[in-house]
Formats: sequence, structure tokens, C-alpha cells
Amino acid sequence: MRTENQKAWFFVLPVLALVAFNALVPMMTVVNYSVQETFGNNQFFWEGLGWFEQILRSDRFQAALGRQFLFTFLILLIEVPLGIIVALSMPRKGFWVPVCLVLMALPMLIPWNVVGSMWNIFTLPKIGLMGYFLNDVLGINYDMTQQPLSAWITVIVMDVWHWTSLVVLLCYAGLVSIPDAYYQAAKIDGASPWSVFRYIQLPKMKTVLTIAVLLRFMDSFNIYTEPFVLTGGGPGNSTTLLSIDLVKIALGQFDLGPAAAMSLIYFAITLLVSWVFYTLMTKDDAQ
Amino acid sequence: MIELQDATKRVGNVIHIKPTSLTLQTGHFNVLLGATGSGKTSLIKMMAGLDPMASGKVLMDGQDVTKLNTQKRQISLVHQFFVNYPHMTVFDNIASPLRVAGMAKSEIEGRVEEAADLLQLRPMLNRRPHELSGGQQQRTALARAIAKESRAVFLDEPLANLDYKLREELREQLPDLFAGRGAVVVYATSEPEEALLLGGHTALMEDGRVTQFGPTADIYRNPDNLAAARVFSDPPINVARITVSGAQAQLEGGGGWSVSDMADGEYMVAVRPHRVTPFRASDADVELTGRVIVTELSGSDSSAHFRHGADDWVSLAAGVHPYQVGEDHSFYMNPAHCRYFGQDGKRVA
Repeated sequence: MRTENQKAWFFVLPVLALVAFNALVPMMTVVNYSVQETFGNNQFFWEGLGWFEQILRSDRFQAALGRQFLFTFLILLIEVPLGIIVALSMPRKGFWVPVCLVLMALPMLIPWNVVGSMWNIFTLPKIGLMGYFLNDVLGINYDMTQQPLSAWITVIVMDVWHWTSLVVLLCYAGLVSIPDAYYQAAKIDGASPWSVFRYIQLPKMKTVLTIAVLLRFMDSFNIYTEPFVLTGGGPGNSTTLLSIDLVKIALGQFDLGPAAAMSLIYFAITLLVSWVFYTLMTKDDAQ
Repeated sequence: MIELQDATKRVGNVIHIKPTSLTLQTGHFNVLLGATGSGKTSLIKMMAGLDPMASGKVLMDGQDVTKLNTQKRQISLVHQFFVNYPHMTVFDNIASPLRVAGMAKSEIEGRVEEAADLLQLRPMLNRRPHELSGGQQQRTALARAIAKESRAVFLDEPLANLDYKLREELREQLPDLFAGRGAVVVYATSEPEEALLLGGHTALMEDGRVTQFGPTADIYRNPDNLAAARVFSDPPINVARITVSGAQAQLEGGGGWSVSDMADGEYMVAVRPHRVTPFRASDADVELTGRVIVTELSGSDSSAHFRHGADDWVSLAAGVHPYQVGEDHSFYMNPAHCRYFGQDGKRVA
């Protein structure tokens, strides 16, 4: 009879312990809070799905979710095409390649809260360079601390400034991996620049573009630090995105039950939309 | 017809193609034969208009196309690796140059189907390149070249990335595929055997130069120089030093014969291995005696490497011959098959 060697399981144990410690246990704690009510002293009372219902029905959550989707939609709408255009116009060889790459990487190297403070100081009316320039030189009425529209534009522009590089670098990596022979074939056929983009560059960039869209979706959907530092979610609630609202409930009001339920809903939405994106974008390959 | 007149190419300060003049005709394959880096691809890219020339001219059917861009030269190019539009079907891939040219839909269909039939791609017309095998992908690229009906077709080592059996199959088909299409067919390869199998003309390339050009069989029989003589030979051609004195050639290790039209001096003689046999074939044969070092049987041929004087020789003969390694054997060679080269490698007689 064959005796099975079970020793291999021992090799998995360290990883299992690590994952349990840093992911499973915290996650289950959140689940635990989301179905119970606590008044301190480690006393818990069963709540069932009450918190979930309360969160989903609340106007406050729905408004924040709406803002979150609008924000992410605008970010993808701007950053993905812009990233592709910048990547296409970057040089493929020569002296300027490393210069462009370093310039592109710079915004991403800056810590997120520093980006927030930079843009805050930069755009403050009267004090900030851009705030002053828009108001006093161009005569545009701009104040991101008072007007929701100004605040939104500033948050969007800041994110575009900070993260378009990621799309650029990923697309650029896809572009330089296309062999010259493809461009020669297109040249011989007399294909237009649009055809070269549509039939060679875009298909060849597809894999990295899928990754870029997914990363940009997840990051922008979960964004917290930069808008929090820049506007604090204001003026009013106008730039209070989901994560900012979540932190307000959890740490500001210390409503641990609703905050936990909201975290799980938030997580489920991110997961679901990512899955939909991924399925749609890779559907073609599976045929 | 494609003519190159003193064409050169350089990248920065590096010369890729030294002044080259060449006339390539339709009706047969024009093989560019040379090692990797000898300039085959550079020459093709110049003729195709993909790379600029440093000096010289390219003419197609008598028309100067040096300044004409690639698209207007009406050419096709098939690469070593399989280049197809990744998200188009095989049909659309073959049709793409015709669509760009603005051809009518019905004519496009006719041409694509004709090319697909020639290359046995009919059942694959609705598939995409990544669903095809390597051989089918390369056949798609060839079909695109055929459907387009260009003035020149450049095949740059098109079989290099295919496995052995597919390579043989496709190589047999190639001359038929392009026969009667009126295009100049230029075929680059690093394998001498392919040049011989494809027939037609061969341009030997070395270090950015064409060292000899002509009908492949002529180059085989009458190489211009020692390097050209060494190209088409497996096992390698025998090369030995001879001294000519008073119309009499003498090998260092013994053996001599009379020669004509050669001044006194030192020369190199080259004889193909199958011209050195272990039996006397004619009265004119010269006998060479040498110690057998290595013997090999390949198929129904036997070869023997033997030392004659300071030179190593190879004999290749049909049938199985009982050589004893380490013992002296007699071999025979007809001087009529000898080619003579000067110390600089240039053909003398």
C-alpha cells in the first residue's frame, strides 16, 4: 500500500500563519463587528444584517457612492486615453528615453499625503501660485475651498497629475515590445497611422492596458489620502468620497458596526467591478 | 527587374553595405546567401525602401525608385518571424494590403481565396493568427505577399523559425508559388543547402559585400574565390598548398600533375570531397596516399579524413568502404576537378 507523505504541508504553514495574521484575522474582525453592536467593555450584541440594511438605505452612503463612481469614471475617462497618447508620443530609442522615463516616474515617487499638501498650497486662492494666477491674472473665479466645482476639478487634475504616469509607463512597456517587423509590414501595406494604432499597437498593448485599467480603477475607487489632505472632503460633502466617509464613520463617530458593514460593502463593490472589467477586457482572448 | 547601382548603407559611422551593384531578374529565385550579419537583411531593407541608402541607386523595371517610399514601390516582405495583424482573421490579414489599395470587394475576395487555396489556408480563413500553428501563420504571411501581386517579393529567412519537416514542405512549394507572377523574388538564407535546392541565382554575401553573383550551379562549379568555394560543401572542401614549377603542380605530401596557364609559384588547390575517391576512376587520376584519421558512415556514403603531408583531406564516396583508422590508404583525384586560387584567395585557374 502506498503511504502518503504529508510533510509538504509543513512548508505551507509559515505562509498560512503570515496570511492569517495579516489578512484573515483582521478581515474576520471586521466581519465580526459588522453583525454586532458594541458599547465598549468588549460586550457584543447580535445585530444580524441590520447594519448592512441601514448603510445601503442611507442617503449619505448612496451619495458618497455616487460621488465615488463619478470620480472613478472621470479618472479612467481622462487617464487611460491620455496615458496612451503620451506613451505613443514618447521616443522609442535614443538619449531622451531615460529622461522621459524618469520624468514620468517622478510624480509616482512622491508620497500621497505630500501630493495632497502640494496641491493644497498650490491651489489656495490668494496664497497658492495657481490659485493666484487663475483669480488675479486670468480673472477666473476659482476657489476650491468654497466652490464644489473648483474642488472637483482640483481633485481630478491632481489625480491625473499623480497617476497618468502609471498608464503611460505600462503602455510604453507594451509599445516597445512590438517588433519592428510589424511596423515594416504596415509601412509596406501603406497603412495609415490610425490603422497602425488600431490594428497593431492597440492589440499588442491590450494585456498591459487591462492591467492599467484595473489598477487605476482599484486605486481611484479606494482613493483616500490625496483628496482628504487637499479638501478634507469639502466644501460641504462635495468631495467626500467613500473612503473619506468611511473613516469619518469609523474613527470620527466611532460607529464600529456600521463602519464594518460599510467596509464589507465597499470591498464587495471593488471586487465585483474589477471582476466585471477583467471579464469584459479578456473576453476576446478566451474565444 | 531590380538593379542596385553602387548602393551603400551606413548607420552612424558603421558601414553595413559596401558599394554593391546587382541586377536581379524575374522568373527565378534570387538567393542572398551569407552568414548572420553579412548584410542580407540590410540589402533587402534598402531595396524595399525601409532603410535609407547612404549612396547609389535602386531601379525597378528601369525606373529610379531610390527616393520613392516603401508603399509606392509595390513590394511584399515576409519575415523570419511570423508577422500578422493579431486581431484580424486570416482572411482580413491577407486582404489588408488590397483594402488599403482600395480594391473592389469582389476582387479582394477572389484574390484572397486564390492565395488561400495555394497555401492550403481555406479552412482557416476565419481564424486569428494566435489560433494557428507556426507553419500556418507563416503561410498566412506568404499568402498576403501572393495576393498583393507586387513587383518584388522579399523573403527574409522565411523558413528559419519553422520545424524541419514544415521547412522542407514549404521550401518545395515556394518556387511554384511565385512562378509566373512576374515579381522579382529575393530570398535571404544562411543555409547553402537551401540555395542549392531553390535553384535560380545566388548572391554570396560576406561582410556587407556581394562576393559572387550568378546562377547557383555556376557558383558551385566555378567559385570566384576560396571563400565562395568553401560555401557549398559538406563535408568541407579540401584545400591544400601546391607549388607550380614549369607547368607541373606538386603537392607537399607527394603527388603531382601537369597544369597549363599558370605561372611558377605557390597556390592553393581546392577539390570537393566527392571528387576524392578510394578507387581509381580514370587514367588521369592522381594517387594520394595518406593515413586515415577518422571515418564516418552517413546513409550509404562513407567519408574518410586522412593526412597527406601537412594537410587534412576528406574523401566522400558512395558505398561502404573498409577503412582502417591509423593505416595508410590510397585515394585518387582527377585534376580536372581542381580549382586553383592565389595566396590572396582569388581564383587563378
